[in-house]
Amino acid sequence: MTQTPMLEVRGLFKYFPVHQALLGSLTRRAHSSVKAVDDVSFALGHGEVLAVVGESGCGKTTIARTLIGLETPTNGEIVFDGKAVGARAKQPHISLKQLRQRAQMIFQDPYESLNPRATIFEIVAEPLVVHGMIKDRRERIAAVKSALEDAGLRPAEDYFMRYPHELSGGQRQRVVIASAMVLQPELLIADEPVSMLDVSIRAEILNLLRDLRQRRGISIVFITHDLSTVAYFADRIAVMYLGRIVEIGPAREVLKSPQHPYTKALISVAPVPNPRLRRERVILQGETPNPINLPTGCRFHPRCPVAIDICKVNDPQLIELSAGHQAACLLLTK
Amino acid sequence: MSEKPLLSVRGLTTEFTTPEGKIARALEDVSFDVMHGQTIGLVGESGSGKTTTLMSLMRLLPAGGRITAGRVMFNDTNLLSLTEREMRDYRWKSMAIVFQGAMNALNPVMKVGDQIHEAIMLHNLMDEDAAEKRVRDLLEMVGIARTRRDQYPHQYSGGMRQRAMIAMALACAPDLLFADEPTTALDVMIQAQVLQLLKEIQKALGLAIVLVTHDLGVVAEVCDSVVVMYGGKVAEYGTADHIYNEAQHPYTQKLLEAFPDVTKPGDTLASIPGTPPRLTNLPPGCRFEPRCHVKVAKCSQVNPPLLEVSPKHYVSCILREGAEADLR
Repeated sequence: MTQTPMLEVRGLFKYFPVHQALLGSLTRRAHSSVKAVDDVSFALGHGEVLAVVGESGCGKTTIARTLIGLETPTNGEIVFDGKAVGARAKQPHISLKQLRQRAQMIFQDPYESLNPRATIFEIVAEPLVVHGMIKDRRERIAAVKSALEDAGLRPAEDYFMRYPHELSGGQRQRVVIASAMVLQPELLIADEPVSMLDVSIRAEILNLLRDLRQRRGISIVFITHDLSTVAYFADRIAVMYLGRIVEIGPAREVLKSPQHPYTKALISVAPVPNPRLRRERVILQGETPNPINLPTGCRFHPRCPVAIDICKVNDPQLIELSAGHQAACLLLTK
Repeated sequence: MSEKPLLSVRGLTTEFTTPEGKIARALEDVSFDVMHGQTIGLVGESGSGKTTTLMSLMRLLPAGGRITAGRVMFNDTNLLSLTEREMRDYRWKSMAIVFQGAMNALNPVMKVGDQIHEAIMLHNLMDEDAAEKRVRDLLEMVGIARTRRDQYPHQYSGGMRQRAMIAMALACAPDLLFADEPTTALDVMIQAQVLQLLKEIQKALGLAIVLVTHDLGVVAEVCDSVVVMYGGKVAEYGTADHIYNEAQHPYTQKLLEAFPDVTKPGDTLASIPGTPPRLTNLPPGCRFEPRCHVKVAKCSQVNPPLLEVSPKHYVSCILREGAEADLR
């Protein structure tokens, strides 16, 4: 492919400094930091859906926030449609404001991400106001109307004057999607958009996102901890563990023949709604280690069921296993 | 099976008076059996009455709530006819509950071990030293190092707090454990650990477990039988195999189709348009009628009873022909 990707992330790092107690800062000990994102690179094609999967604390939300400029990367580059993001870049660059006209984010909790004192019309029209787009009143109403209708809130006029508290969780998440879509972005970053919703409503929202993608050809970065929702509509999957991508590849391939032991374990514990298919589950013991003091060598080795001695020493890099399918595990190089 | 159930719930009906003075019927005619050493799952969406069922069984309904009909037999005792004083002897000792949101159910300014200790001492089961030993044994049983007995909840991770809550529920060696969404706020891997723990404990202690969840996948993993609730009623009740492979109620069928399956990527997900009914304004007929995809005219008039369609498989839908025996 010679086409420029929609989004390219190169060597992204995001460290959060840990504030030390007074004594520590007086004695000027080396500052420690939370290594939330630690050297992550990936690309996202036009109209593609990439799922970023992992447990809490693996850095997936930090990546999402960094992509949209809510966090400044410690190091690394984010390239949106061929242009580096942020004014620091020397090459042809795109400012954050310009970026946010073309890339929008959907947050996890529809109960907290809507202004309770604004009407649905105000909420959905706000991005237009912020970006000074569509100033004509009638056209603005039409844009809000079509965004709401695309998000499945019909007839849209019935919702204009209502407040978030009058809506159900599923309807609120639709409003969130409508206000993200009103700018007609090319990229959508969705951070766990269905994890707070009931199963029957979850399906509606997933179907809606799938629909938007098919009709509008938007690219989506879909952040989740739930592999079963990923299987449903992602083209590619990136599995993260402690700030790193440990496996990335085409969704079907990763789900069918996962190569990294962490991916294998995650897939084995994904609930299958059929008691006849109760499987042997690989349940990892313990919890994700503290991202301040990372384990030596492979950061997964303390929980890895198949770790060998060199895993404690060598930090594995991603290696290409087949077209577009990479995993970072020392056992795969043998 | 002629085996006697440990807990038998029949026709349980619970109502709330709302602050505006309206009556909300949160549960209507809920019936099911909990067998010794088995796990039964209560599934349904928010507001379907799962938690209210647990609270009714424990008789811990909040103000404004009351049980208006039904029978709850624990072995040979009807729990609903006990006085509050007598009921207290059953809580913790015979039936214990792991509350939803374990993250917040622990007292933040009290050591975890002390909280478990308190539960044991309140029920005068043993002397101080024996209780202290029990605290440490319980922690070990749920996979928490004895050395962490003197830590505070904020020093525990989410998964550990959930384990501590389970340890506390087991403090007085109950026969029946109610677990209200025990894995909901946890990551998949920690979820799997907690479910595994519940299974191990069940095996070791012969506990019966009532697991409340909205996650059909969790239920499929661990439950022997399943109660599917909708709008405060039992929509379908049967063995796990009945529910997952021979679902008869349109709601159960849709719910299963709406659940994404990691083993079948790419399938279209069914969604259920509309929202669950308001409990203060229930439809006169079947509660699911407004959202049902196979309804007939009669559905909006007749409130279907729970009928046995095959042995141990009950459905409340008037479209199920051949349904005869009523679960009473």
